[in-house]
Parts: sequence; C-alpha cells; structure tokens
Amino acid sequence: MSWSALDASLEPPDPALSRGRRRLVLVGVLFVALFAGLGLRLLHLAPEERTAEAAPEPAPVEPLRRRPDLLDRRGELLATDVPVPSLAVDPLQVGDPRRTAERLARIVGGIDPSVLERRLVKAKAAGRRFEWVAHRVSPAAERAVLEAGLPGIVLRTSEHRVYPKGHAAAHLLGFVDIDNRGLAGVEHALDHGRLSALRDAREIALSLDLRVQEALRDELGRAFREFRAIGACGLVLDVRTGELLGLVSLPDFDSNLGGGARPEQRKNRCTGGSYELGSLFKVLSHAAALDSGRVRVGQRFEIPPALRIGRHTIRDVHPARRPFTAAEIFSHSSNIGTAQMVFAAGGAEPLRAMLGRLGLFERAPLEILEIARPQVQKSWPDVVTATVSFGHGIAVSPLRFAEAVASLVGDGTLVRATLLKRPHDAAIEPGPRVASRRTVEDLRWMMWLTVADGTAKKAAVPGYLVGGKTGTADKPGRGGYRRGAVLASFVGVFPLDAPRYLVLAIVDEPKATAASGGTRYGGQVAAPVVGSVIARIGPLLGVPPSDPAVEARYKERWSAMRPTAAVATGGPRLAALDPRR
Amino acid sequence: MTNVFPRTDRSLLATWWWTVDRVLLTGVLVLVFAGIVIVLAASPPVGALRHKDPHYFIVRHLVFTGPALCLLFVCSLLAPLGVLRAAKGLAAVGIALMVLAVLAGPEINGAHRWVRIGEVQLQPSEFVKPALCVLTAWLAATRPWPQAALASLALAGLVIGLLLLQPDLGMAAIVLATLGLQLFVAGLPWLLVLGLGGLAFAGALAAYELFPHVAARVDQFMAPPAEFTQIEKALRAVASGGLFGRGPGEGIVKFTLPDAHTDFVYAATAEEFGILACLLIAGLFAFLLVRGLWRAHQAVDRFCQIATVGLVCQLALQALVNMAVNLNLVPTKGMTLPFVSYGGSSMLALGIGMGWALALTRARARLERPA
Repeated sequence: MSWSALDASLEPPDPALSRGRRRLVLVGVLFVALFAGLGLRLLHLAPEERTAEAAPEPAPVEPLRRRPDLLDRRGELLATDVPVPSLAVDPLQVGDPRRTAERLARIVGGIDPSVLERRLVKAKAAGRRFEWVAHRVSPAAERAVLEAGLPGIVLRTSEHRVYPKGHAAAHLLGFVDIDNRGLAGVEHALDHGRLSALRDAREIALSLDLRVQEALRDELGRAFREFRAIGACGLVLDVRTGELLGLVSLPDFDSNLGGGARPEQRKNRCTGGSYELGSLFKVLSHAAALDSGRVRVGQRFEIPPALRIGRHTIRDVHPARRPFTAAEIFSHSSNIGTAQMVFAAGGAEPLRAMLGRLGLFERAPLEILEIARPQVQKSWPDVVTATVSFGHGIAVSPLRFAEAVASLVGDGTLVRATLLKRPHDAAIEPGPRVASRRTVEDLRWMMWLTVADGTAKKAAVPGYLVGGKTGTADKPGRGGYRRGAVLASFVGVFPLDAPRYLVLAIVDEPKATAASGGTRYGGQVAAPVVGSVIARIGPLLGVPPSDPAVEARYKERWSAMRPTAAVATGGPRLAALDPRR
Repeated sequence: MTNVFPRTDRSLLATWWWTVDRVLLTGVLVLVFAGIVIVLAASPPVGALRHKDPHYFIVRHLVFTGPALCLLFVCSLLAPLGVLRAAKGLAAVGIALMVLAVLAGPEINGAHRWVRIGEVQLQPSEFVKPALCVLTAWLAATRPWPQAALASLALAGLVIGLLLLQPDLGMAAIVLATLGLQLFVAGLPWLLVLGLGGLAFAGALAAYELFPHVAARVDQFMAPPAEFTQIEKALRAVASGGLFGRGPGEGIVKFTLPDAHTDFVYAATAEEFGILACLLIAGLFAFLLVRGLWRAHQAVDRFCQIATVGLVCQLALQALVNMAVNLNLVPTKGMTLPFVSYGGSSMLALGIGMGWALALTRARARLERPA
C-alpha cells in the first residue's frame, strides 16, 4: 500500500465525498431504469411489429407456376423455364421519383424517364404499393439496380420461357406471352386444352424427333425458297403409332419471339388450314373403290378425253390415249378414270362411307388447338362425288389427310396422330378397321407403281421401297379455280414392305423453275422433298433396307398387268357418263 | 495475463497496468470491436450510394479506430492533474474552434458544426464535451458552493450557447443533462436540483417554440404522418430482423435507410444481428455506466468522482437517446451511438473521454491540491 492511500484511509471521511457516493447510487438507479425500459421496448418490438410487417404489401401475387420442360422423343430440350428478375418499385417508398426514374432508365434502358416519373408520381399519389418498371431485366441490370441503393426497389423473380432451338419446332411448341401463359401450340394446349392435365408435370416428352424435324424443315425450306412458294407444310408420321415425328409449316418463326411473328408465320398450315388436296385424295377414293369389292386393280377403264356430268365437264391434264387399268389410273393420276372407278364401285355411297370411316368429316383430335374444320358439301350429287374423288370440292387439313393415308397403308385400322411420345412398353391398340387387308396390299402396290413408273419417280430412294401419290391441285379463287395457282404435294410411305413412316410435303403456289422442268407438278416440286427426307431420316430412324424379294414381287405383278401396245385402242372422244350403267 | 509486470515494477506502464480498471477497459474494447463489425455490415449501401464505394465508410471507420485507441491509451496513462490540464487546453482550443465554426464553418445539412483544417473536417464540439465534464468536476470539487455552481454554469452556458448557435440542440441537451447530474453528485441542494429540472423542462418547451425543425419533429412523433418516415423504416428494420436477425449483410431495409451507418445504425444492427444482439449492445453500455459509477463510488477524491460521473453519464445518455430514437421512444434527434456509429471526430473524442475516465478511475487516483 502506498502512503497516499494509507493517508486517505486514515483521514476522516469527507462528508461531501460521502454525499456524492449516496447520490451516485441514485444516478445509477435512474440509468438502470432507463436501460431496462429500453430493453423492454426492444423485446416488445419483436413479435408485435412482425405481424404488422406481414399484413400490408398488397402486391400482385402471381403464382410461380413453372411450366413443364418440353423434350423431344430422345430427350433433347425444346423448351424450358429460366428464372429471370423483373423490376418494380414500391412508389410509397420512393422519395424522389425524378431521381429514381432517371437512375432506373439509365441502368435498364428502353425506359423513358419522364414517362416513368409521371407513373411513379401518380402511383404515389394514389397510395399504390406496386408499380412495374421492367419485365425481365438482365442479371447485370439487377446488380446495378441493387448497387444503386435506391429506396423502394422491388425485384421479383419470374419464370421466362426459353426455346433453345428457336425456329426448329415453332408451330408445334407454340409460344408464351410476357406472363408465361401459352398462346399457341403445345404451350397453349397446356394452359387451355387437352394437355392441361400435364400442366404441372416436370417435363413432357413429345413425339417429335428433333433430327427428323430438322431434316424435314431443311428439305422443305429448300423447295419453299427454290420455287418461291407462299407457304409450305410437311409432316412425318409414325404409321403404326400415330406419333408425329416432325411437323413443319413455312414460313415459320422463332418461338422465343413468338408474339412478334406475322400472322402468315404463325399459321400452322399442317393442322390449322384446310386445303383442297387434289390428286392426293385419289389414295382415298381408290381405296374406297377397291374396298367396295366391285372394282379390281387390274380392271380396265375406257378413258375419254373429257367426261360430262350434267353441265360439268371433267378433263385430264395428260389425256390417256388408251384404256387404263385401275393401277394406271392411280399412277398416272387420271381424274376421269378415278371418277369412273368410283361410279363403277357404287358412286357416292362407298366413297362417303370410306371418308366417314377415316374421320375426314370431323376435326382431327390432335392435342393442340390449331385444328381446322374440314369443309365438305352437304349434298353429294354425281358431280360432287366425281370432284371429291380427285380431291376437289372437299377441303381437309393435311394432318387429317395424313392420318387417313396412314390408316389405309398401315394395316387397314384407324390411326390417330398424337404429339406425345408413346411409352415404349405401351401396346399398340388397333383402331377400328377401315379397309380390308387386300385393299391395303393393292393400295401399297399402286403407290409403289406411282414412284416406280408413274408421276413420282423423283421420290425414289435407293435401298427403300417408297410408295406415294402426287397432287397438283388448282387453288380455288373467286368464282372458280385460279389459273396457275396450285398446291403441289406428295404423300410418301416407306418402307413399303412393312410401312413405318409417312412423309407428306405440300408446297403452296410454287413458281415454275428449271429444277422442276418448267412445271409446278407435285411430282416435280414435292416428290423430291419427300425423297430427300426419306433418304436422310430412314437411316437415322434405323429403318432397315427393304427386302429385294418384295420389290421383285411388285415388279412381277406389274409386268403381268402391263398393257401391251396391241391392247391400246382409241376410246371415244367424248363420253356421256351414266352412273347407273 | 495479470503477471505481465512484476508488482515491484514502478515504471509508468507497470503502474498503469496494476492501477487501471481492466474491467472498464475490456468493456470499452469490446464495444469498439462491436462497432467495427456493425459498421462493416451496415455501411456498404450508404457508401455505395454517396461515394460510389461500398467500403468508403468501413475504411474510414477503421482508420479512425486506430488513433482513437491510441488516444484512449495515452489519456488513460495521465494522472488526474494531467487530465485536468489536458481538459483545460482542449476546452480552450475547442471553444475557440466552435466560435470559428459558427462564424466561418461550412454549412452542412443546415448547421455550422464543422471546421475544415486542410483535408480534415473536425467537429470541435465533440472534443469540448468531455473536456467540459472534467472542468465542471474541477470547479465543483475545488470551489465552495455557490461559486462552484455559478462558475460551472457559466462555462457550460457558454458552450451550450455556442451549440444553440450552430444549431446542435441534441448535444446542448446532453451537455446540460451531464452538468445537472454532475452538480447533483457534487452535492447541489435538492431545492436547486428541482429548480434546475424545471429550468430544463422550460428549455425544452422553448426549443419547441423557437426552433421550427424541433417542433416539426415532435409533432411528427406525436402524430405520425401516413407516408414513410425514416423512423418507420427503422422500426421495419427492427421488426424485419426479429430476435436473431437476418444475418450479417442480409439486411434489406438498410438499403432504404439513409443514415444506416450513423444515426440509425442501431436499427440496422437489429435487422442483421437481431434484437438479442441489440440487447447485448444496450447491456454493454449499461455495464460501462454501472462499472464507471461503481468506480466513482470507490473514488477517494471528489474531482475524480464527479469527473468520472460526468464522463460515463455523458456516454450512457448519448447511447440511450440514440437507441430510444431508433426504437421510436423519443422524437427523432440526430445523435450518434458512441463507438458504434461511423464518425471521425466522435470516435477520437470518445477515445479521449474514455481514456480520461480510465485515468480517473485508476486505483487511489486523486488530484493533488495545488500548493
């Protein structure tokens, strides 16, 4: 102990110091009370203010409903959702609307600061707590906005639909609006159509095969540009399962920018348009005639240069100079011959029955909503029966027609197209029978003949037995058919010995070029497209080359039926048709 | 730890080590550390907004913390007489600078509180504040009653007058309250204590009448307007944090709180570190106060006793007012949270003030009566 301390302890206690000590205790009590009050306030703030905090904030609550990913049949990603920030403000928290508007406009871009400022001032006056500034800002802009430290900023994450393949399957996939709601194609069907049950799936495998789709789009696009067509459509259909492996409509658009596409780009010509398909339809009318049992493939018909029905006259583009067998009528695409065959089979009744069995008078029940209604005459006098037999006076969607052909050449049972991938293990349930096995076999052979020795030689593909039918349909215009505007088409099936896939190509209003030999025929314009597509997708899809024995059999059948020059005779120049003959 | 120096060592450092109140010292150091962590969390948005650099305030806070700790240490080495002399010098220079600030200082936010010396801006009133505590204690301890009271009132009146001219009403109130507490401990008769209290109340009313911004703030406190005020944001920050906080750097409301690094640092703390952390901070101040008062109770010298009361009460009062404002218990008054809020002058002055408090609470400290 130091001396000074000893001194202090020996000194009599200073009364002032003692009083100071007593009063110190009072000061201490006062302060402890103040601190205790503060502590109580702190504890009191926590739960009470939390509930008040939870209550207001009347912001639009949009459910973050993620859309399912869309995949092609092999798992390739076609559409997915990406979370992207969107920028809004709480106008009440904005102290300086001008400054806020200017800063945000500088960071985000594409915003008029004076317009935004007016909106903020108005919203603030109205006491609103939420005002959109910009949908879908970049991560860099989000960061810059946060770093600007402006009061009242609200950043919302929303899902942004992305289509990695852009144009590839635009019409099938469709597109979405700014709020991720489907507006077309599968996207639309997910929200409002037959696919809504799948809306909350994580992913949906479509029937589409991206490789097939690309090949189809590529080849069809080439013809579309080369013949300066106004449109084109094509599809690839699995004949056995009805799965659509590819569906192209040109001109098309980028699904990512769907809202900005022009109407002619958005139109899905495969499903959403109905067309008078012309000679393509002979596949159906010949099937009807053969299936009636009253007409045989080898049966010969006189082909007059013109056929008069009432006050209508029907002509052929290439008049026959001799009687044709039914097979030749098909492979040379004679309108007069087809009409005669149909009348020989019983007229309107068997044709209407066949078309009815194939569902051509109804809309195709595909999953998407862009499906055109067929246009069919109400009453079928002879002239309608005749024109329908070669594809005029009836307009159907290409998809519906493809389903019908697939039903006839597959195994004679009804095929329904689908956009969804079938599970591997799902058994194929055959639909109702639409044609006899014999009709199916005859039809395949006639389609082979068309490619082998008819109008569609350009659709031949080495290694595969390909069958098909060409079409060159006059397009209807005001008060009749338009001169020179045609729909050039080809429907092909391969391999013909055991049909797996149907390929349809339609080119709308092609202009004649050197490549088509100066013509606009389906055999010149559309058949080569289908041939190229088959050559590309056959190996991709693992289709084995056709059995040469089948081709030999087909050839043998042809040579047995082939007319010798001696048989050819000149028919009457003009014949009046009596259907009851 | 405690045997760094042998008991027999009579050197300056060793004497300091054995006589300084290490509990009080530890408390101050913990508070300084907490302040660094909190400024680190709360200041980046404000820094980025005002100076394009999120680290602006953090770097400066750290730069001022070093010298402040040095000042704390050096001041705590002083003997009570040294403290008195330093306080006299600091008060003289500080009051002169305050006059200069009022006459020629730059106007910042409508007040003349600052003097600029080269690149450095100083707020002289921050330094006068602790010096005044020491001088008041000296007058009260060494002069007979009426003379002591009148002299200290005159001195404080001069400072308060200058503060009102700036104007800095908050600091004037703190200075006045500290003076009252010191005189109370020094033995002011109860009658005068009550009279002084009445005078303070009258002063508050006068402030409400005389200063429009004071009136506005009080009115705002009594009847909160519908629009978002700073204080409502502070409350939202506290509520948003809950008991345990959103986590360091996770605060949201701090982005919209313009003074999250100074006057509303407590609310920002609540949002990020939670209400429990705020209780700890408040507890730390309470602890420093109680410990300081306890040491004053043990004091053997009236000068040391009264000066210590002044220094620790000033610290505690300022902290209380700041926290109360943050929690909407009193009308908004711009005041920093000692050692936690960002602020250079405040930090250095606090280093000096607490250094002196440590010096005056050393064992057996007494002011030798001048011969």
